[in-house]
Amino acid sequence: MAEQDWKTSKRTFATVSTGPLFWTLVFFLVPMAFVWFYSFGRNVGLTEIEIVGTLDNYKRATEWLYLSIFLKSLAVAGLVTLICLIIGFPVAMAITFASEKWRPWLLLGIMLPFWTNLLIRTYALMIVLGQQGYVNQGLGAIWGGASWFKTLVGLQPLDTWEPLPLLYNNFAVVLGLVYVHLPFMVLPLYSALDRLDKSLIEASLDLGAGHFRTLMKIVVPLAAPGILAGVMITLIPALGAYLTPDLMGGTDSQMIANVIERQFKRANDWPFGAALSFLLIYAMFALIALQSLRRKTPVDAR
Amino acid sequence: MPLFTRTPHAPLEYSKTLWMRSWVTAVMLFLYMPLVVLMAFSFNDSKRNVVWRGFTTKYYAKAWENDQLWGAMMNSLTIAAFATIFSLIIGTLAAVMLWRFRFPLKGAVDGTISLPIIVPEICLGVAFLVFFSKVGWPTGFVWPFNLSAIIIAHITFCFPFVAMVVRARLATFNREQEEAAKDLGAGEWQAFRDVLIPHIKPALISGSLLAFTLSLDDFVITFFTSTPGTDTFPVLVYSLVKRGITPDINAASTILILLTVVLTAVALKLQGVKSIAGSH
Amino acid sequence: MTTDVPIIEIRNVTKRFGKVAAVDNVSLDIRRGEFFVLLGPSGCGKTTLLRMIAGFEMPTSGQILIDGQDMAGIPPNKRPVNMVFQSYAVFPHMSVADNVGYGLKIAGVGRAERDERVREALGLVKLDGFEDRRPDQMSGGQRQRVALARSLVMRPKVLLLDEPLSALDAKLRAQMQFELSDLQDQVGITFVTVTHDQDEALSMACRIAVINKGEVAQLAAPSDLYEYPNNRFVADFVGSVNIFEGKLILDEPDKAAVECPGLGKVYLNHGVTGPHGGDVWVALRPEKMYLHVPGEGKAVRAAAQDAPEGYNFARGVIKGMSYLGDITLFEIRLDSGAIIRASRPNLSRHDQEDFTWNDKVSMHWRADSPVVLLG
Repeated sequence: MAEQDWKTSKRTFATVSTGPLFWTLVFFLVPMAFVWFYSFGRNVGLTEIEIVGTLDNYKRATEWLYLSIFLKSLAVAGLVTLICLIIGFPVAMAITFASEKWRPWLLLGIMLPFWTNLLIRTYALMIVLGQQGYVNQGLGAIWGGASWFKTLVGLQPLDTWEPLPLLYNNFAVVLGLVYVHLPFMVLPLYSALDRLDKSLIEASLDLGAGHFRTLMKIVVPLAAPGILAGVMITLIPALGAYLTPDLMGGTDSQMIANVIERQFKRANDWPFGAALSFLLIYAMFALIALQSLRRKTPVDAR
Repeated sequence: MPLFTRTPHAPLEYSKTLWMRSWVTAVMLFLYMPLVVLMAFSFNDSKRNVVWRGFTTKYYAKAWENDQLWGAMMNSLTIAAFATIFSLIIGTLAAVMLWRFRFPLKGAVDGTISLPIIVPEICLGVAFLVFFSKVGWPTGFVWPFNLSAIIIAHITFCFPFVAMVVRARLATFNREQEEAAKDLGAGEWQAFRDVLIPHIKPALISGSLLAFTLSLDDFVITFFTSTPGTDTFPVLVYSLVKRGITPDINAASTILILLTVVLTAVALKLQGVKSIAGSH
Repeated sequence: MTTDVPIIEIRNVTKRFGKVAAVDNVSLDIRRGEFFVLLGPSGCGKTTLLRMIAGFEMPTSGQILIDGQDMAGIPPNKRPVNMVFQSYAVFPHMSVADNVGYGLKIAGVGRAERDERVREALGLVKLDGFEDRRPDQMSGGQRQRVALARSLVMRPKVLLLDEPLSALDAKLRAQMQFELSDLQDQVGITFVTVTHDQDEALSMACRIAVINKGEVAQLAAPSDLYEYPNNRFVADFVGSVNIFEGKLILDEPDKAAVECPGLGKVYLNHGVTGPHGGDVWVALRPEKMYLHVPGEGKAVRAAAQDAPEGYNFARGVIKGMSYLGDITLFEIRLDSGAIIRASRPNLSRHDQEDFTWNDKVSMHWRADSPVVLLG
């Protein structure tokens, strides 16, 4: 049924709209506006900031030092998204084709970690990856076993086991981000696959195509909107991630969010931080615009 | 459990194939193992999360007595409670406004309300930091008013999610029911109360759960808006991880994980597995 | 059944959505106690008109009076009418009793009286004992009765029904047609129904307003509408009909004749008001035709003898046949090339064997059967 024109019940409209509009204005738009203005300012003294309408902050933000971090964040986010896609797609398929009985439980199983506290999850992962964490212990055990096996057949034993540095580096950041974002990727994929007309797959198999070929030529193109949604839901938060690179990354694993944080805490250069923030926001918008552009071009599934 | 048996299957029964099952099992292991390890280590009789030294529950006792931990937990819960209530109200109002009315600049308003979902947390956190400092938000209040800045920030990023969930449910509402109520004599508010609210009740519940979880779980925004004495649980764990963890944190974390599982089970009972799994 | 002052007066009502007029300058009166039907195809404006009576839409211009009172500016919850919605709109979270009693509760009626009236209303719609049931435990037909009871319990001056039978299956629909008529007799209030189904309209209505593109095409009792349509739209919409163009060649107070190139010469035993020599249309209903094997016609027609030689007669070949059990439908290609539809009751068990495809056939009809249409 059609919407009502607001003028037909002014009082009701006023009742419903005042709260949200006021809140959005005062506690969202105003703060964002402050930051935006600051990005054109500069520090005067320790605590004062003068809005001078300068573009210095933006210029500085595009210096190679910062641009490289930005590009690296993009690369990391992209890698994480790719890995999540590759890992998540079969999982989504498994859930889609699972029996009615299993399906909700599988979905729940994927979602439950999402509902667990992020910090706890990250911390737990760190335990497992630490120098003496289980992964290393496990690998060390395998190494030791292999070494022992070598002596058994008369060869020299392997060198002593050096635990792999699994934390405080880029590897850890990527792994950590995948760990956190995997559930986000599975859901839109599942949603799109669920809506797929299964008889199309059967038709393709019936016509002689193998499973993999069917997958590539039929399933993927038709599930494309869901894949795109999943990519966006993973890529954008991953790009702006703060916690995982901060806790699990090393000195050279900084992502853009960490740089921004530093400007506001230690470096005390708020105008510069503001400029960086807004550049990040613009980048996000650009990505979203890209996605909706893609959506407008019709996908020919035949 | 016949997880890996080779039963012959139809071409489309992908989930019965061996490699598919192995893959899913591996992914599940990957997702849950760290949590299981954490929970296991909370019973480990050792200061560090290294070798298993013996079963103990003493860290649970220590956690129970840890004032700092309790303080942080209380802060988290209080903030989440207030944030949930207010986000529910504001989010529902926003959803009704967008669903029901046509007004100038509606598209822009719709987009703006959804912005907090899209804008990266770090940018939001920064914005709040700037806002509260520029406005000179007083920080010396007594508990719980010292949490006000954090609560306001949480409400701001939670209510759009509630609005989204409620709006989806509103789309399935048969407007004729509202008209029927009015036809029988109900005024605007009565029709809203008697007919619309019962319809959106499931969305109100799942919206509340969503807001509560988002608030409880939040780190970045809270990090930027907290002041001395307003540490929340995630913020506390963060600083401990950076400095050197104390084992009672493992115990507290385990309790929190179990709490999450219990809450999910309760939500399941109330709503049915299918709707929880479907309401992403 | 009817008194002088109409219960609903619609005066020059127009409703525009943007530039489009959904209802275009409609005026009609609905009499007290009658079963009034607004009939028309989808999108013709009938539902908009109903909603304006109920108060859910406001006319762009014109007035609506209910029992003499102008309804301008009066919201739906304050009008003395109640509506049964197309989707029934039964409140899913309330029991049947709470549903039916909802309006009473809002009006502040006390518990005891409310319970009594709810029981009474449920009895009227034959749902005795259903007080504690929930809507999701009931069938569509039962839910409709709940909606009916819910409206009737308010004792409105007029009951409005939006496509009441469209969601029911055929058998239930037939049953409900009788029940609604009976109910209206019993309760005695005015019913105004909107439907696109002419069978429903013909069987239930006292008077029907046929609506086409926002305007009233004709307002008449069912038999008048069917036998005396006054334009092609009504002739075609209500029942099936054969329409032929022709020229009015005879125009006298007690008889008239039209020459139709497609059909032949048509004679009517009453006068028509039309331009002599002007273009008119002739409408002939399929069941009005007598079919016989060529050659046997003269005897049959001599018996009828109500038209001059050469009039009200046509010959053709059967090109299509549909046996429907009680009647057989024929599609006949006339000598002129035009197609005419005829229907024939199967009065005896072997009647359907009389004709078959490609048989030559003659038809004639009585002089009071055709209708001359000017528009």
